[in-house]
Amino acid sequence: MLCQHCKKNPATVHLTDLLKGEKRERHLCDQCAAKEGVVVKSNVSINDVLSSFLMSQPAIQELAKLKCPRCGMTFVEFRSQGLLGCPNDYDVFGEALEAIIERAQNGQTRHVGKSPERPIQVDPGQQERKRLQRELREAVESEDYERAAKLRDQLAELDVQ
Amino acid sequence: MSIDELAQSRGEWLATGGPMHDVVISSRIRLARNLADHRFLGRADEAERIEIERALEAAISASAYGAQTFYVEIDKADPLDRQLLVERHLISRQHADGQGSRGAAIARSETFALMTNEEDHLRIQVLRRGMNLDDAWDEAVRLDNALEASVSYAYHPGYGYLTACPTNVGTGLRVSVMLHLPALKMTGELEKVFRAAKDMHLAVRGLYGEGTDALGDFFQLSNQTTLGRTEDQILSEFTDTIIPSIVKYEQNARQVLRAEKTTALDDKIYRALGLLENARLIATDEALYLLSHLRLGVVLDRLDGVNLDTLNDLFLFIQAAHLQKRHRASLAGEERSLVRADLIRQMIHGRQTTDN
Repeated sequence: MLCQHCKKNPATVHLTDLLKGEKRERHLCDQCAAKEGVVVKSNVSINDVLSSFLMSQPAIQELAKLKCPRCGMTFVEFRSQGLLGCPNDYDVFGEALEAIIERAQNGQTRHVGKSPERPIQVDPGQQERKRLQRELREAVESEDYERAAKLRDQLAELDVQ
Repeated sequence: MSIDELAQSRGEWLATGGPMHDVVISSRIRLARNLADHRFLGRADEAERIEIERALEAAISASAYGAQTFYVEIDKADPLDRQLLVERHLISRQHADGQGSRGAAIARSETFALMTNEEDHLRIQVLRRGMNLDDAWDEAVRLDNALEASVSYAYHPGYGYLTACPTNVGTGLRVSVMLHLPALKMTGELEKVFRAAKDMHLAVRGLYGEGTDALGDFFQLSNQTTLGRTEDQILSEFTDTIIPSIVKYEQNARQVLRAEKTTALDDKIYRALGLLENARLIATDEALYLLSHLRLGVVLDRLDGVNLDTLNDLFLFIQAAHLQKRHRASLAGEERSLVRADLIRQMIHGRQTTDN
């Protein structure tokens, strides 16, 4: 949707005014909204943006229009079922989906783990090292220093290999 | 290998002898994966489901893991067989009760199972007895890498591995540890553990996962978020922090019970023994509840002649599908209670006479 004022930029500010009992809706871009003196909070969370977004009727229509060309899933269907239709939905549903992911994933939106480009190889020594480290920590905690010393030596030996 | 043979054997995850086995029953790793060029299952028709299942089955057989597994077509399997696989934690209840073409490649050793067409195209599951997440994780990585070599997974540069439900996206990793916490239950401190777990964004579930009650003081702890942390960070939270502290907490509660509430503790244990040795009809829930007290008695050396392996076998064998499979007959509710009570008396008694 384009800004109703300049008709160039995408409308990002959606206003609903009540004037003498009559509802008036306006859709403006950032610049035109600023010119009209509409204050837009800049450091709001995506959740706030989404929920205010969802409050205005045309926005819901916008979201309702989100439909994956590959699997035919609409955003509204996804919201009612909770399951996505195909991998492509993650791109098609864009920010609206990102807000949902952020909420479900304790604020996180970016993967940092294993990937086809960053494969994890299993190092046989790794597990032994982890086990020894854990046992060493336990030995120190329970003040069994004799055992701790032995474990430390074993760890050192593993690193030499 | 057949499902009938499984019914006669001890499940890997319930075997004794794993690390911290006095408190930790089993460790489980689950990875959710989907094929890049297919729709997710909610949107796939039967023809596409079959394609997905075939592609995955072929990838499994082509890998080094093919020879270690047997494949069960879950949609064509007998309901009792499906139930048996659920009781052994080899497939999920959702998978057993689902619709359409789906299957599971199950390791003969029962140390891993690959579910096809569950909620995601592929669910890699690795099970280990006791506290052994590191080992389970290594196996999961090897399985994942082996399959990734022949199929291409749905992967997004920002979101990571894509899953049907956004709650699994990213690593697709669910880490679960099954704990036996009877002493914390008795001392009323369980709520504190659960509150702390919830503060750490962990889910606490019963013996059979989502929506099941905490039968027999067994609790499953698992991570709820899968995105924004590396697999190693998710795992080490469990191995270095959460599990050791809960284990210590339970062990302390056990020591306190033994030292300060000896009679009350023995009363619980021996009442359980009395009921299990004498009952002629017993339901699963009651049996699990009593066996849990017996297990505490054995671990704390308050009870002679019953061993932990027998008890762990019983936790599995008294359940509906195992009971009927082993009895080679389909049994109605009341008959099951009778056969269950007989089996318990036999197994507890058998051990007592051979051990004494």
